[in-house]
Amino acid sequence: MTEQIKNFWAGVQAEFPLLVGVFPFGMIYGALALNAGLPKSTAQMMSSIVFAGSSQFVATQLFHESAPGLVIVLTIAVINLRHMLYSASLAPYLASVSTRWKMLLSYLLTDEAYAPSIVKYEQEGVNRHSHWFLFGAGLALWTIWQVSTALGIFLGTAIPESWSLDFALPLTFIAMVVPVLKNRPAITAAISAGIVALLAHPLPYKLGLIVAAVIGITAGTLLEGRK
Amino acid sequence: MNIWLVMLLGGLVTFGMRFSLIYLLAEGRFRVPEMMRRALHYVPPAVFSAIVFPELFLRDEVPTLSLDNSRLLAGLVAVLVAWFSQNTLITIIVGMIALLLFQVLL
Repeated sequence: MTEQIKNFWAGVQAEFPLLVGVFPFGMIYGALALNAGLPKSTAQMMSSIVFAGSSQFVATQLFHESAPGLVIVLTIAVINLRHMLYSASLAPYLASVSTRWKMLLSYLLTDEAYAPSIVKYEQEGVNRHSHWFLFGAGLALWTIWQVSTALGIFLGTAIPESWSLDFALPLTFIAMVVPVLKNRPAITAAISAGIVALLAHPLPYKLGLIVAAVIGITAGTLLEGRK
Repeated sequence: MNIWLVMLLGGLVTFGMRFSLIYLLAEGRFRVPEMMRRALHYVPPAVFSAIVFPELFLRDEVPTLSLDNSRLLAGLVAVLVAWFSQNTLITIIVGMIALLLFQVLL
């Protein structure tokens, strides 16, 4: 087995536990997108064109509420801003790969691919073939995301509205936000953004979300700076 | 704006952000200002709760802090489950069951 393939499979294996959580998430996305009125082809293509779970959920929700396109794009940008942090933190480990590889790995760079990869790189360092690990983790996630979206679209129409499936959306965000509330600045960022989101909710074009996010991020950053 | 155009732009922006610093920092063309590096940490808590709060607190566009707001109650259950389990799937399942129960009971 060559070094490339060894690294690739190690990445796939490291991704396995994360896939268990992602699979139902992808199915819920597929079902919700359809419920929100997205055509099947659009719902499926979003999973490969945007390929970023939480922003797909929100884009779907905004589409359902007939938000203007520019607001949807801006919201996707704000939600996916965190990927710039992953991009920055992986940069030194990917410095020596070709630009083509950088583009491919960037496309596959999600929360779930980033997590096991950065852990491995920081613990073991990198060699000429290490990027195959991130490729394996990313491709495994990509494949499961496409398959689970398709299954959600296929089965989603069978789910009655009285099951309140739409509530899975805020629940997913609760599951993602709670673990990051590790210190006072993070809690401050979350609570201030949440309260501003309530106050700014009447703003048109869903701008309240962006205003709330910017204020929450600012509050957290300032509080950390004061320590 | 056409939904396909929205998706393409959204995908392009997302790819651009993922690629930006892997490219720029590796080429040594740009250093992340400390302030921005710090601010990026707070994007997930701020954005996620800005989405969650209205979903839980608003009933017909009005903030509702009452005991018959089943979504708020189920949301609080989910926060507890997320805190102790640190597991997305368990949080979603328990939260959904809690919502259905509260809807039947209240």
